[in-house]
Amino acid sequence: MRLRCPSDLVKARKLIRSRYDPKKTCVTVCCGTGCLASGARDVAETFRKEIDRRGLRPRVNLRITGCHGFCERGPLVVIYPKRIFYQRVKVLDVDEILSQTILKRKIIERLLYVDPMTGKKIVYENEVPFYKKQRRLIFGNNGRIDPTKISYYIALDGYTALAKVLYKMSPQQVIAEIKRSGLRGRGGAGFPTGQKWELCRNANSRLKYIICNADEGDPGAFMDRSLLEGNPHSVLEGMIIGAYAMGAEEGYIYVRNEYPLAIKHLTIALKEAQEWGLLGKNILGSNFSFRIRINRGAGAFVCGEESALIASLEGRIGEPRPRPPFPAQEGLWGKPTNINNVKTWANIPLIINKGARWYSKIGTKTSKGTMVFSLVGKINNTGLVEIPMGISLRKMIYEIGGGIPNGKKFKAVQTGGPSGGCIPARLIDLPVDYEKLTRAGSMMGSGGMVVMDEDTCMVNVARYFLSFTRDESCGKCTPCREGIKQMYEILDNITKGKGKESDLGLLKELAQIVKDSSLCGLGQTAPNPVLTTLRYFPEEYLAHIKDKRCPAHVCQDLIRYSLIVEKCIGCQICNKACPTGAISGEKKEPQRIDQKKCIRCGACYEACKFEAIRVE
Amino acid sequence: MVRLTIDNKKIKVEEGTTLLETAQKLNIEIPTLCHHQALKPYGACRVCLVEVIKGSRLGLVASCTYPAEEGLVARTETERVKRARRLSIELLLARCPTSEKVREVALELGVKKVRFKEEKEECILCGLCVRVCEEAIAKSAISFINRGADREVTTPFKIGSLACIGCGACVYLCPTGAIKIEDVRKCRRLDFWNTKLELKKCKVCGKHFVPLVELDYLKDRIKSFEEMELPEEALEVCPKCRKRILSEKAGEFIFGEKYP
Ligand SMILES: Cc1cc2nc3c(=O)[nH]c(=O)nc-3n(C[C@H](O)[C@H](O)[C@H](O)COP(=O)(O)O)c2cc1C
Ligand code: SF4
Ligand code: FES
Repeated sequence: MRLRCPSDLVKARKLIRSRYDPKKTCVTVCCGTGCLASGARDVAETFRKEIDRRGLRPRVNLRITGCHGFCERGPLVVIYPKRIFYQRVKVLDVDEILSQTILKRKIIERLLYVDPMTGKKIVYENEVPFYKKQRRLIFGNNGRIDPTKISYYIALDGYTALAKVLYKMSPQQVIAEIKRSGLRGRGGAGFPTGQKWELCRNANSRLKYIICNADEGDPGAFMDRSLLEGNPHSVLEGMIIGAYAMGAEEGYIYVRNEYPLAIKHLTIALKEAQEWGLLGKNILGSNFSFRIRINRGAGAFVCGEESALIASLEGRIGEPRPRPPFPAQEGLWGKPTNINNVKTWANIPLIINKGARWYSKIGTKTSKGTMVFSLVGKINNTGLVEIPMGISLRKMIYEIGGGIPNGKKFKAVQTGGPSGGCIPARLIDLPVDYEKLTRAGSMMGSGGMVVMDEDTCMVNVARYFLSFTRDESCGKCTPCREGIKQMYEILDNITKGKGKESDLGLLKELAQIVKDSSLCGLGQTAPNPVLTTLRYFPEEYLAHIKDKRCPAHVCQDLIRYSLIVEKCIGCQICNKACPTGAISGEKKEPQRIDQKKCIRCGACYEACKFEAIRVE
Repeated sequence: MVRLTIDNKKIKVEEGTTLLETAQKLNIEIPTLCHHQALKPYGACRVCLVEVIKGSRLGLVASCTYPAEEGLVARTETERVKRARRLSIELLLARCPTSEKVREVALELGVKKVRFKEEKEECILCGLCVRVCEEAIAKSAISFINRGADREVTTPFKIGSLACIGCGACVYLCPTGAIKIEDVRKCRRLDFWNTKLELKKCKVCGKHFVPLVELDYLKDRIKSFEEMELPEEALEVCPKCRKRILSEKAGEFIFGEKYP
């Protein structure tokens, strides 16, 4: 089907909707990468077979959807229209779901989600606190559509914004609208999107390019992947609108090769959009033409940096280059180029559809709209979380995240990916907004959020993140390459009990100057974990340096496992668990740990059922 | 033309001039390690940093890459600049403690002691060799490999290069002397690039003097020998003999055939 004008789109939508009965039971199975990893493909296949075998086709639809963001509880199954929410569904549960829930309207208690804060079982998806407290503007449709069929997207008003832009707005009006909305880039630096578009629009060149940055290299981050997997057309629509506004005829999606499902769904989406006349020549019958190509990245973190990404697209080594000239002046193949993050693009149709005024009411004074975080670490509900800008970290961690597991104490949260800072528990009421996070020494970044509990050693955390940036720095400029390496050395020494008090001053000096003098954003932010842990947890550094003690019992060289003789019953489980044979003793007698042989792996500590092993 | 100010000195320069070039016009000295006027600006070593006022913000930028802009104000001697330059050179000194050039710049900047863990590298990764090979010779025989702390310069797969012509441009530009070049009888050795090249005999004295591949490269590059009034064989005579023959020819020309 090829749409030749906006009314074709309206007609198509009507047709699609008329074929769809909202009251009909529909089983949706999440087949995002997370749920796939826990076996969702087999669950979906079993549903398909069983529905057919029982002849339920006329009564029950089956839909495979993209990631809902609650991967930790996957495979997820949601049954429409009531949105009954089953989690950790196994192949063996399928039969029961069909015979009980679908046919007899009985809820299967075992598959319900239990709220970790209250212990209550929850039946409906919209009542799960993890979802309830979120505001899913750009993620909301992930659970509702089949990303491999454009008709679902169109049924949910997809490509309406594009039609509006092409036929009712001039490029300047589009840019003005985006500027008014207050949208800022979701890829890291938070640059105002409208302003960036304007720079590219005004650049004097016939050829221009736009790029979607889907490199997403932050460890633990997967929001861009989930969006591309679960709702690729929303990103495409944003890009087409952007291309129209800036006057570009060609676009690229730079997506990392580690995202095969995203690439697959994007490829399908591009093909379908093309067939429907929403991409390619004369889009929707207008005289605007635009095409998009996919480029797979080889997985270097630094290739997410815009100038390195452009170099990599051109087939050169992915190394950042100094600016000016900015990409809007001289980008891909020397032509004006605009590059935005996946989520930034996905916000565009929303702003066009609902208006800048509506959009700018969400969020804080300087940070508008919603932000998607990947909430991970020591937290009950790990997953993707979309919240309006400005809500507090407390709300994120306790209400949406369900608090810290095993009754442990919350210690700090690291935001903004490997180059973000660690925000301590006492700042838990800090609102999530670009400026506030930066002032606290951290950053929004692309939305990583790692929660840490009392068992986390902050010196070790800083060391860990630096080991990442040390390896992922491109190595071009001195402060970043050599400076991070030296900071890592110092931190490593401290965690081994070989630190000196003067190290702290040296570390701080290094961190500040590396930040100040590096060429690109990587070096300019990599010291953040060091600076914030020094600022908020100085006593922990001193404990390592002066007392040769790791308060969180993490740093292996500073801890000792010993036996509490009174508690040991001589079961010898520890003895068997120890990989180095450091534990000896007679059966039914208290055991002994040979400190010389002990490698402090903690296997005995984990194994002992009588709490007879102590860490000091 | 754009007008700007460096260290309170006003100057007008052509658009596209870098801050480093502008400073040189003003006789303001700025140390550099990875810069060469014949190559494209690179901005890696960071010892040429200066402070500029951009809007309401002060920022450090590499003078070798930053373009002169209308109304820009730059300073080369602030505490912030000095601190940053000193740290970069101290870090490079920790990497290459024996390099003369690094020691010299460090001394200029007042760095005498290294507070960091020392290594025994010879290469500071300034990239001059890689760039001259690509930009001037158009051979790209060498490149950076790996990233982060593991970055190094080498040939593809670290084996003898098939593209290297042994011209020695990299050796000439290397500030630390890490790359060595040596002619041993019939062979030119560039051990840093794991490369050995066969040499050609001089037509006159018989000494081996130029890699065969370099000779081909030169013949290829010199489009027309006639235009240059140069016999093609001229390239097959070693520089020493060429000089001698030329002076003999000059002598004949001046003093007649009997010379000497
Ligand atoms: C080391 C480094 C890595 C980056 N990685 C990403 C990334 O994975 N995805 C992304 O969208 N932006 C990344 N950025 C930010 C980009 O340089 C660029 O600012 C962004 O893509 C612009 O889009 P936006 O305005 O929509 O945020 C990275 C920046 C740096 C310095
Ligand atoms: S700051 Fe780091 S990543 Fe960026 S150019 Fe310098 S070495 Fe490369
Ligand atoms: S000379 Fe400017 S960065 Fe090296």
